[in-house]
Amino acid sequence: MGRLGTFLTRTRGNPETADKLGITDYLAYGYLLLGILIILVPVCWTFLSSIKPERAIDNFDTRVLPIAQIQSEIEGVGVKPIWKYTDEDGTVTDVFKAGPTRKLTDVAPVSDPENVSKVERKRLVPSEELRLATENYLDPLLKRKGQENFHFATYLFNSVFVTVAATLITLLINAMAAFALSKYQFKGRLTFTLLIVATLLIPSSIILVSLFFVVWTFGIFGSLWGVIIPAAATPTGVFLLRQYMLTIPDELLEAARMDSASEWRIFWRIIIPLSLPALSVLAILSVIWRWNDFLWPLIVLISDPAKHTIQLGLTQYAGEFDQDFHYILAMTVVSLLPITLVFMWLQRFITTGIATTGLK
Amino acid sequence: MSDVPYTLELKDIKKSFGDVDVIHGIDLAIEEGKFVVFVGPSGCGKSTLLRLIAGLDDPSSGGIFLKGNRVNEVPASERGLSMVFQSYALYPHMSVRANLSFGLENIRMPREQIKRRVDDAAKLLQIDQLLERRPGQLSGGQRQRVAIGRAIVREPVIFLFDEPLSNLDAELRLQMRVEISNLHATLGNTMIYVTHDQIEAMTMADRIVVLRGGNIEQVGKPLDLYNNPANKFVAGFIGAPQMNFMAGSLNGQTLILDNGITREVPVSEPGNGSAVTLGIRPEAIEVSLKGEGDEQIKVQNFEQLGSVTYIYGTFNNGESLTVQLAQQIPLQRGQMIGVTLRTNDFHIFGGEEEISLPMDR
Repeated sequence: MGRLGTFLTRTRGNPETADKLGITDYLAYGYLLLGILIILVPVCWTFLSSIKPERAIDNFDTRVLPIAQIQSEIEGVGVKPIWKYTDEDGTVTDVFKAGPTRKLTDVAPVSDPENVSKVERKRLVPSEELRLATENYLDPLLKRKGQENFHFATYLFNSVFVTVAATLITLLINAMAAFALSKYQFKGRLTFTLLIVATLLIPSSIILVSLFFVVWTFGIFGSLWGVIIPAAATPTGVFLLRQYMLTIPDELLEAARMDSASEWRIFWRIIIPLSLPALSVLAILSVIWRWNDFLWPLIVLISDPAKHTIQLGLTQYAGEFDQDFHYILAMTVVSLLPITLVFMWLQRFITTGIATTGLK
Repeated sequence: MSDVPYTLELKDIKKSFGDVDVIHGIDLAIEEGKFVVFVGPSGCGKSTLLRLIAGLDDPSSGGIFLKGNRVNEVPASERGLSMVFQSYALYPHMSVRANLSFGLENIRMPREQIKRRVDDAAKLLQIDQLLERRPGQLSGGQRQRVAIGRAIVREPVIFLFDEPLSNLDAELRLQMRVEISNLHATLGNTMIYVTHDQIEAMTMADRIVVLRGGNIEQVGKPLDLYNNPANKFVAGFIGAPQMNFMAGSLNGQTLILDNGITREVPVSEPGNGSAVTLGIRPEAIEVSLKGEGDEQIKVQNFEQLGSVTYIYGTFNNGESLTVQLAQQIPLQRGQMIGVTLRTNDFHIFGGEEEISLPMDR
């Protein structure tokens, strides 16, 4: 608590004035808190909803905790929601509804399903319990309760393969392009840079059809490579890396040339290590893009369920007549985990990269 | 192949960046094992010339010859030269050892040999304690040594130094100057050293090449340049404090200066009344406190350094004169003192190019 406490109670100013919270401190903390809420609330809401029983989600129950009406198997009747009936003298009985809900509703006690009686609707309250709905996670993952068509392992493998391969290829070719555009003098250098950056202005949905034809012609339609290769060259990546590489002093490259290094070696031994912070940023972006990608994989991979990524797999739960939101929410949380881990691992490189460049 | 023993030859080298001509036809030959210093004011093209030799830039025309072989088309990585940069340009992400061995790994030298060379160089430069550190953890002087070490391990044909001491403080600069000179004595390689500091040039060089505006003004041994400057620019550039210049005219063998001094001078070719400039070094002037001598000057300022006294004075016509005395004398500002100029130490510069006029001595 000590260090965290110091960190969270920092104030503006020098040591003498620091123990007083000024207006700027309130504003700064307020602003930061707002930022945290905007980012964190949707994620927390998704997680909290994912552990609610199906009935709570279907009823749009907005309570934070996973509270839902108990449902039990009644002998000879089937699964029924349980209600608490309080009669005139205050005795409480667990009952289930034996008929439609009216002013006077037919109910029967759980202990004696045959004994149907009419009671006032107002005397019935749902019998609720606090329960973590682990089945939201376990049913799809373990293929229980009719979830045999949800092949989580396959989807995960496909998503990881697409993300890793696309990110590696992206980093490599974008770094090469950026190296040429930042460190070599040739005619049209600026023109090419501007052309590449200008493609940022073209929305991907516009080139969807032509991209489809290109992928079709190359014979990679329906394969994972059809998702990986079109996404490899990104104008954002080239621009980001080029701007970063411009800050690497030319003298370092000249020193390497005097050291008999080939241009290829200069790229691998000087440019790549010194661009690590920018490469980490691009890696994070690329991982997020590829992992969350939906439209293009949907087009290329839809016909073969064995090639579906996680994002495509999730669409199984959104049918025409029925939406299994409890499964969607749970699997969304699962699909968030790898990308969060990747981010935590890579963001270390961003900070250490800046710290060790050591150039003044 | 030519059979000349020159390590490096430049033949009519020209270089222009766009429309700007930076180097206008330079011819130069450098003998094996010499310490050559390129000196000149900023913008004179000395660094450009060094980069042309290194192969980092290509000349617009002319030939560069290493040991008689034309190397214009050979890239920097294959010329076998090494260079110490002004900013040191150490690889920030590598340890000192990796910095030193990078060049040797590139030429695929065996591992044990690399280790031996790096250790030797580190010992020579007294950086063997620092081999596992990163450049960011070193002081300026240590970085300088590592940069020199990186050049040494390659055992190059020629060392190129591009103003290597300009980022150091005065004391360290003095120390590194001595060390680089010692290094040259130890290794015996040809070294080319670029600087704008004429003291560095005078103290370190076997040969000084004075450059101005992309042309060579004079090439020679330091004392030759000091004693027999080819023109007024070299005379003014070499030596501190600067040589005194006085305007005047030359009639036959009579030098008439604007400040009133008239003197017979043994010029080889008598003058025809044209304008000339007299140059005389501050230490070639005698001082009389009683006011005797050729002319009197008013003391504007003076510096007593103990072993040396500098006097800054003005003639009646406003021309200033710096005098260097190897003794201590009592002085006051505004005082009039007499000065005598030694004829033997006269340099007379005439003509449009202000070339040194030959004298019969």
